[in-house]
Amino acid sequence: MGTLVQTLTSSSSTLSTYAAGLATHEGEAHAATGVTAYAWLLVALPLLGAAVLLLGGRRTDKFGPVLATALSWGAFVVGALVFLAMLGRGAEDRAVGIDLFDWIAAGSFKVSAGLLVDQLSMVFVLLITFVGSLIHVYSIGYMEHDPDRRRFFAYLNLFVAAMLLLVLANSYLLLYVGWEGVGLASYLLIGFWNYNPAYATAANKAFVANRVGDFGLSIAIMVMFFHFGAVDFATVLGEAGSNANEGFMTAIGLMLLLGACGKSAQFPLQSWLGDAMAGPTPVSALIHAATMVTAGVYLVVRSAPIFEAAPTAQLVVVIVGAITLLFGAIVGCAKDDIKKALAASTMSQIGYMMLAAGLGPVGYAFAIFHLLMHGFFKAGMFLGAGSVMHGMNDQVDMRRFGGLSGAMKITWATFAVGWLAILGVPPFSGFWSKDKIIEAAFIGEGWRPWVFGMAALIGAGITAFYMSRLFFMTFHGKKRWTDDVHPHESGRLMTVPMIVLAVGSAFLGLILGPTGMFTTWLEPVTGAEPEGAHPVIPVPVLMALTLVLVAAGAALAWLRYWRDDVPVTAPAGSLLTQAARKDLYQDQVNEALLMRPGIHLTRSLVFADSKGVDGAAGGLAALVGGTSSRLRKLQNGFARSYALTMLAGVVAILGALWVMS
Amino acid sequence: MTAVAPLALPTLPAAFQQSTVDYLAILPLLIVFGTALIGVLVEAFAARERRHAIQVTLSVVGLLAAAASIIVAAKHQGLTMGLTDGSTNRQLFALAVDGPALFMQAAILLMGVLGVLTMAERFGGVGPDAFTPSGASTPGSATETAAARAGALTSEVFPLTMFAIFGMMLFPTTNDLIGMFVALEVLSLPLYILSGLARRRRLLSQEASLKYFLLGAFSSAFFLFGTALLYGYAGSVYFGDLSKAIASGPLAMNGLLVPGAFLVFVGLLFKVGAVPFHAWTPDVYQGAPTPVTGFMAACTKAAAFGAILRLAYVGLDTGRWEWTNALVLVALLTMVVGSVLAVTQTDMKRLLAYSSIAHAGFILVGVLAFDRKGVGAVLFYLVAYGFSTIAAFAIVSLVRQNGAEATHLSQWAGLGKRFPVVAGAFAFLMLAFAGIPLTSGFVAKFGVFSAAIGTGGATGTVLAVVGVLCSAITVFVYARVIVLMFFSDAPDDAVEVVIPSVSTTFSIAIGTLATLALGVLPSALLDLADRASQFVR
Repeated sequence: MGTLVQTLTSSSSTLSTYAAGLATHEGEAHAATGVTAYAWLLVALPLLGAAVLLLGGRRTDKFGPVLATALSWGAFVVGALVFLAMLGRGAEDRAVGIDLFDWIAAGSFKVSAGLLVDQLSMVFVLLITFVGSLIHVYSIGYMEHDPDRRRFFAYLNLFVAAMLLLVLANSYLLLYVGWEGVGLASYLLIGFWNYNPAYATAANKAFVANRVGDFGLSIAIMVMFFHFGAVDFATVLGEAGSNANEGFMTAIGLMLLLGACGKSAQFPLQSWLGDAMAGPTPVSALIHAATMVTAGVYLVVRSAPIFEAAPTAQLVVVIVGAITLLFGAIVGCAKDDIKKALAASTMSQIGYMMLAAGLGPVGYAFAIFHLLMHGFFKAGMFLGAGSVMHGMNDQVDMRRFGGLSGAMKITWATFAVGWLAILGVPPFSGFWSKDKIIEAAFIGEGWRPWVFGMAALIGAGITAFYMSRLFFMTFHGKKRWTDDVHPHESGRLMTVPMIVLAVGSAFLGLILGPTGMFTTWLEPVTGAEPEGAHPVIPVPVLMALTLVLVAAGAALAWLRYWRDDVPVTAPAGSLLTQAARKDLYQDQVNEALLMRPGIHLTRSLVFADSKGVDGAAGGLAALVGGTSSRLRKLQNGFARSYALTMLAGVVAILGALWVMS
Repeated sequence: MTAVAPLALPTLPAAFQQSTVDYLAILPLLIVFGTALIGVLVEAFAARERRHAIQVTLSVVGLLAAAASIIVAAKHQGLTMGLTDGSTNRQLFALAVDGPALFMQAAILLMGVLGVLTMAERFGGVGPDAFTPSGASTPGSATETAAARAGALTSEVFPLTMFAIFGMMLFPTTNDLIGMFVALEVLSLPLYILSGLARRRRLLSQEASLKYFLLGAFSSAFFLFGTALLYGYAGSVYFGDLSKAIASGPLAMNGLLVPGAFLVFVGLLFKVGAVPFHAWTPDVYQGAPTPVTGFMAACTKAAAFGAILRLAYVGLDTGRWEWTNALVLVALLTMVVGSVLAVTQTDMKRLLAYSSIAHAGFILVGVLAFDRKGVGAVLFYLVAYGFSTIAAFAIVSLVRQNGAEATHLSQWAGLGKRFPVVAGAFAFLMLAFAGIPLTSGFVAKFGVFSAAIGTGGATGTVLAVVGVLCSAITVFVYARVIVLMFFSDAPDDAVEVVIPSVSTTFSIAIGTLATLALGVLPSALLDLADRASQFVR
């Protein structure tokens, strides 16, 4: 060690790089100039909002929500400017790295905090800030009467900041910070109405499932550090692409997938998403439909070189996606709670994205494209659901809706656009993204295209059924309202964001899809679509098949939920319906496989502890109210047994050493 | 009369001669020791009503002066307190003033300041401080009542603390087994007394004290037995000789070396609360006065890990690795048992005790990296954990019901709604213990685990994986506390948070801010720890 003084001065110089701000980034990314250099504002603005609202306390009650919304729009403006600057450069010069400061630097153990602004992160930045800001606006109306709305907006801003950090990070470690941040915001928002114990439980469930996933991500980061000696994208992905050990890549890939499954509610960690609907509806729209839950897809696409080097991990991604898309679709058919049905649909749609992301270069661009489209139409439908709940005294049971199209014209119209988009009816946005995924799933050799392609195709049919069921049960058929409701259209603060999102759902796909704009844009990051890859079924046939299935699904829903009467209490239903209502028994399975053995393990250890080693756990607590004589008696016994434990431990370990040598 | 044969005088070995003492290198130690001695005089001669104030000032000034003198000592690094063996001209040094030693000394001093400030808390009046008015009287006796009525204070705690800090600073600095043993006892004896001085629940406190003493004596015996075996192996107790002997010694002598090394480690592992030598930890943490618990948890752990590092890296670090298997087993056991048992705790202090056991396991993983990077990571971890834990225990001492500390978890329900600042700080510290990013706990865990994976080989990887699994378990523990504070309803007989004086507020604020600062911008300290990670041999 040099002298402390020297050390302190020299280490403070590493901090001064924070002020210096910019430095050239290694690898393919260029140094930031002009407006791009201010990309850190994207994270800073909403973070500032969260800080002001949380620290300012009641003083900020009045202007807090407006301030939060303004800062969110501010982030969007910065994002748009950075985007325009990016458009101005050639395709190869668009990726820009921004070094912020040396985060951790000790010897060879170095991590610098920096941002990577490239085509992929830009798509997310625009989606998050635009949809996020719209939902801020909507929330001003939706949360108008909530006494705690300042806290709500603070969390919302916190979420936007964390999500932007997640997609802009230039290393897995910084991504992990954002990853935890969105998890925290999601947890706080699901439990926002925590005076309801069921909601608090839902928040805890989300927390637990996410911890399992985060655990995977942190293991992946550690294996990366072990294998590459670094955790930044440039080094890790660069080396994964050139000289990678397949075993390590498979391990990293599977652990990343575990992380993705937790965050994106994919099989087998999907159970929390349905319960997460306990949060206020704008939260469901922003976090649990449009942005946070798609972080897993981002992670997989971002880590593409790792998955390319690990075919096994890639196959697992596809399998997980296929299972989840069918799982979510089946569950969606049986739910009567409008938000839970939408949640199941989200799960299923992310399954499509995951499947596409696992297919490799043929699928990456479409995974992200579908993600973007889904962000629009699903957020729009959630806001629509919120609007319906607003008009129906916060009821969520669709069996008590019906015939709302007359009472809520704007909500109905915007919801209809979202419905057509998710069904994949041309020319609405879903058609351009989902059809491409189905096509991509049919590309390949051997059994895979048939299995995965059929899963995607059948999924489209089921999607049409359950989404039409939802739409018809809510807006059409007979009125099954409870006596005390008087449905009315929501205010302008709520309808305008819905209209904007509906416009996006209607036209964005048409603009970006058939023109090839989106795929060209992403090409430098995701790689070009391989030439000459054709689906095993000709494309026109496939398209026709999809449309027929979709029409059949919608028609079936029309027969059962528009033409026929819908009973206000759910009929017993078939075995499959019963299973689907209970989320295909996922909670029971989790409990049997994970919770019970865990509890058992803890209990047995505690038993050993309290009887053999540490009787004081119960003993001392009981003795607080006990008599002193009893205390002394017990005390003697315990000290002896402690010493015995030590001796036994020494003997056992010495014995183990002897055996080992 | 028979003639008395003249006594044949045995030939005396050439006398050991004092060769060098670099007083500037041991200046911090001398200052603390001197302050402790002055404290004893103050206790004897100063007027009763002014003692408390004098002792607190004296201790804090002494600690800060010693901390400042570390800068001087840093310029005089090297082996010191040497003796020359006249017959062989070998030089034997009792102390090693080097990077790790000075880093630990500085950390112990700074954490000691916070500890002393917390112990000084009197909540603005006579009576509600943490210590009994009369440590020597029987609980509930007339003497005790009289002492309490007279407003007596146990201001002896401050000199005792200073002696303990002296021992703690000496512990990672010693360069031979005997010196290490002496340091171990010097730091332990004051702690045994301090543990038994709680004002409330004195029986529990005295029970804890006695248990700590008995088991501590037991573990010291292991240490001495191990020292004897190692002396038998190497013919010397100095780390340099030991290390040389191991490098060249015959394989057949492993029967002395491996058990000897492990038994010495038992004495040290006992102090950090590693399983299976942890049984005292929950009882003592619960029974001891809360400020003492915080002080012990932070500083004893730092000192003992400093000693473990020196023994593992300097004394035994060559060739023979058999003994490391024992440490691997202990690390695994410590992480698993600490985390799993923390899950079912219902008392806040016991919960933190098990958390401290689990942390000891995580730190051991860093020790087992056997690399400079591991040393740096361990040093960082100890500082990060120390500051957080002092602040956490200080907060525990504020939450009270009817004047007594409310440590049962159920009493903490709904605290966040009524006292958002205190509960928020505590929740943040919980997040740090859990190792969530942007807290010091995350950087610390990342440091030790990546060091273990990087240089610990297959064993290191296994340890790190188990470590990550165990941290995942402990997250439930801390999350439960947070959920309890913020998402549960307060019971009818709700607890109060007493308003502390400046001293405790300062400790809590510094501990919490350090937790945040080391999480957001850890570079400075990581850098320092990295530079300080080279042992002198």
